[in-house]
Amino acid sequence: MAALRGPAGRFRWRVRAVPGGARGTAGRQCYDLLVIGGGSGGLACAKEAAQLGKKVAVVDYVEPSPRGTRWGLGGTCVNVGCIPKKLMHQAALLGGMIHDAPHYGWKVAQPLHDWGKMAEAIQNHVKSLNWGHRVQLQDRKVKYFNFKASFVNPHMICGVSKGGEETLLSADHIVIATGGRPRYPTHIEGALEYGITSDDLFWLKESPGKTLVVGASYVALECAGFLTGLGLDATVMIRSVPLRAFDQQMAFLVTEHMVVHGTRILRGCTPLRVERLSDRRLQVTWVDLASDKKDTGTFDTVLWAVGRVPETRGLNLEKAGVRTNPNTQKILVDAQEATSVPHIYAIGDVAEGRPELTPTAIMAGRLLAQRLCSRSSDLMDYDNVPTTVFTPLEYGCVGLSEEEAVARHGEERVEVYHAYYKPLEFVIPERDASQCYIKMVCLREPPQLVLGLHFLGPNAGEVTQGFALGIKCGASYEQVMRTVGIHPTCAEEVAKLRISKRSGLDPTVTGC
Amino acid sequence: MRQVKELFSSLGVDCNILELDQVDDGASVQEVLSEITNQRTVPSIFVNKVHVGGCDRTFQAHQSGLLQKLLEEDPAYDYDLIVIGGGSGGLSCAQEAAVLGRRVMVLDVVVPSPQRTSWGLGGTCVNVGCIPKKLMHQAALLGQALTDSRKFGWEYSQQVKHNWETMTEAIQNHIGSMTRGYRRALREKAVAHVNSCGEFVEHHKIKATNGKGQETFYTAAKFVIATGERPRYLGIQGDKEYCITSDDLFSLPYCPGATLVVGASPAALECAGVLAGLGLEVTVMVRSQLLRGFDQEMAEKVGSSMQQLGVRFLRKFVPVEVQQLEKGSPGKLKVVAQSTEGTEMIEGLYNTVLLAIGRDSCTKKIGLEKIGVKVNEKTGKIPVNDVEQSSVPYVYAVGDVVEGKPELTPVAVQAGKLLARRLFGGRSEKCDYINAPTVVFTPLEYGCCGYAEEKAVEVYRKENLEVYHTLFWPLEWTVARRDSNTCYAKIICSKFDNDRVIGFHVLGPKAGEITQGFAAAMKCGLTKQLLDDTIGIHPTCAEVFTTLEITKSSGLDITQKGC
Repeated sequence: MAALRGPAGRFRWRVRAVPGGARGTAGRQCYDLLVIGGGSGGLACAKEAAQLGKKVAVVDYVEPSPRGTRWGLGGTCVNVGCIPKKLMHQAALLGGMIHDAPHYGWKVAQPLHDWGKMAEAIQNHVKSLNWGHRVQLQDRKVKYFNFKASFVNPHMICGVSKGGEETLLSADHIVIATGGRPRYPTHIEGALEYGITSDDLFWLKESPGKTLVVGASYVALECAGFLTGLGLDATVMIRSVPLRAFDQQMAFLVTEHMVVHGTRILRGCTPLRVERLSDRRLQVTWVDLASDKKDTGTFDTVLWAVGRVPETRGLNLEKAGVRTNPNTQKILVDAQEATSVPHIYAIGDVAEGRPELTPTAIMAGRLLAQRLCSRSSDLMDYDNVPTTVFTPLEYGCVGLSEEEAVARHGEERVEVYHAYYKPLEFVIPERDASQCYIKMVCLREPPQLVLGLHFLGPNAGEVTQGFALGIKCGASYEQVMRTVGIHPTCAEEVAKLRISKRSGLDPTVTGC
Repeated sequence: MRQVKELFSSLGVDCNILELDQVDDGASVQEVLSEITNQRTVPSIFVNKVHVGGCDRTFQAHQSGLLQKLLEEDPAYDYDLIVIGGGSGGLSCAQEAAVLGRRVMVLDVVVPSPQRTSWGLGGTCVNVGCIPKKLMHQAALLGQALTDSRKFGWEYSQQVKHNWETMTEAIQNHIGSMTRGYRRALREKAVAHVNSCGEFVEHHKIKATNGKGQETFYTAAKFVIATGERPRYLGIQGDKEYCITSDDLFSLPYCPGATLVVGASPAALECAGVLAGLGLEVTVMVRSQLLRGFDQEMAEKVGSSMQQLGVRFLRKFVPVEVQQLEKGSPGKLKVVAQSTEGTEMIEGLYNTVLLAIGRDSCTKKIGLEKIGVKVNEKTGKIPVNDVEQSSVPYVYAVGDVVEGKPELTPVAVQAGKLLARRLFGGRSEKCDYINAPTVVFTPLEYGCCGYAEEKAVEVYRKENLEVYHTLFWPLEWTVARRDSNTCYAKIICSKFDNDRVIGFHVLGPKAGEITQGFAAAMKCGLTKQLLDDTIGIHPTCAEVFTTLEITKSSGLDITQKGC
């Protein structure tokens, strides 16, 4: 079996160099596998390899943000990503529910939100997760180093501790999983001095107050969405189009919903400078790109969400010979996650062309560990990865956007079924459901293979997961339509999509 | 010839057959036939006096829709279709038939409950089922949300109380608007809607009796029975006088107070959960199993999640008498119950007793025996074939009155619509009842699709199955400090069929929304490998199914350590 895998013997474990060999450094330690970066992907890979009997070390170090924010083990997702984001989203949703409650008979006064209390609860949870990751590493006998790592040569890294102490670590296989950090638009005057990023937002002890979020990424929209939901004045400044990589009709509805619910969106604008006023508030000057007119506004907080930079610069990759894409700084990898150096791998957000999602990093890490331990030859399948944007109205999707489907198959060969629906829960509090919308992108030829599903509405994350499986199973439109609905849910509307865009009929769902 | 007979039988058409080789004057008949039709061969098919042709021509006509047209053009009947029952299934069938250009009538009447509750068009789901239940469930969930919200930083001073009347009024208003919507839809589609009881008096003929006792007779080529079911009573002293059922609860004009729910059906647990969630004292009296027919491990977990919310369970008792101690809104009732395992008797005082012990089909008073429609005597349900046809070819049944099919609104809607298309639209697609997903909207929702574990063991045998399971802790529950080992996910795989998933079970928040997509995936042959290969959506509850590792047979610990 083993002979079938890795034709060049890439995955066989080399005989380990004698400790303290050639260079004779006192602090040198050797491992079967060394993982640089203790985020979702790195930890998953390390734990899996250790479970399979390998000697594994994880090196993790959080460089404080320009505002000085730092956190523990677990990477972006746990500390400054999915977890605190979803919890703040939940806090905002609860605010909406409190508004709904009187319609359902609950006598409750108009609530106020205490940011500090929420932040403390969320931060405590995150800290418990940090601790949990430490315990898990210990349980599986993975050595953990709080070091900043850089390559010395293709098999050795130098770790620098907080106190400046150096340790050399060598390994047969090295996995780079250092992830990325928010980008600062340093060309904008005052951006670095006065702005914060998502690295800081989740760790603020006090309310950010009136906030300008700059960017069109899902991070920008999610942050602005929950800030609005928590009762803050939030504005999003978008240079061109929101959610560029997503289906644009859906992206439009997502932002339309946000605007209706109180988020201000400034389109076609870009900031020029940020200044601090005498009352410590921030004055932002921006330009409207179409009219070239300048405008200013005053905010308590400016949050940059203009993209992320991979953490590759401090790694001395050139010492190991690991190649990166000069434009993106991301590490070039093949289908096996191997870099240009066969025994060095990269997974997660730092790898070129990979979706920047926690579960993909975890699965890629685990599969890599299994291949390295000759337990499996399975490769990570990066197609049809489902994802959800946790804007106030959640947007879940899997597969192709309508644009992409048309580009690949031609408009004549694509059929789009769609519906505007009203969640039952919305009727009692008379919530507006104008943006609750579903579309399924299919091939037109029977049995009409499903290419993509897009769901905008409450609990989109929960709804989308199962359908993602269906698409993985090669579901056809006919099969989905044969599925009995669960009444009354929002998800059942997916199994009731009867109106095609081509028909031109009104896609508004009426009745039961 | 056999094929043609089968075709007509599948269309529910009575036909007269003259076997020329079995009658004395066969030869002369054939002579005359060929003179009229220029066709000497048999079979020679006539529909409503029009000669269609032989076997091939008949099938061509069927495919082109001509045959259906000829069949429908029967001026002898007042209507092409009469539907008895204006619930989800009946209305969908009637509307679809009307869209296909047929003359359709719907007979719908609501017999008031013993507590004199009545309602309008739309049937159980809209008036006294899914819709008000889900809305009350939502009200109860909002109560939990209010508690959670303080942990998420929301502050409001006063003690939160619930007002029953505000809730029911809002819910009844919504139901009213839905009912009006159905009436409008029937009008727009020119479906005759008669607010009368329907009863067969002879073949193809029905007597409609309205509220004033006036009788009118209507005839139709085809009939659909969609009369549904109504809650069952215990048949003990005081039950019809003092107890309510789900027919009454959702429009109850006063808060029911301390309530005894009798039964362990989904409706019983859902109602109990709602009332507990609204802050009422709730006791559930259960004769034997919780959620009979469902996976029993899940059912017990549903039960214990309700206990955590303060619902009290009295297991293995049945009420034997209900007495009224005080009148009022609500009054005070004494319930005497007897152990199912002995002679032990217990008494309890409640403001309200809600019976949810099952439902009876409404097939008794509609004259089915007069035209010979077979009814299962025990269950009162109507056996049908795979095209929803009863023992009388022109009479069909959809929805909860049908024997052996899931009692679910979307099933009835789908069955009704497809039936109309087959009868009048020249389509052949049948309703697919397999793997219908179900969700019980208890405070912690339970969603399932496919086999219960017991049933799977019975059908496949234990050694051919692998069960994967885990407890999980929803992210939203962490900050809210809710229990980390209550939510549970389980799949049952057929080991020697590529680990195909044959049972899916989830107990957790939003189980309804979660289960739907998995049901679709099961339709497409979901396997464990595909679950493993699918990327989770992070952070959701649903993603737990993409990382199931622990098999039940391994006996490994599945508790969550709180991270």
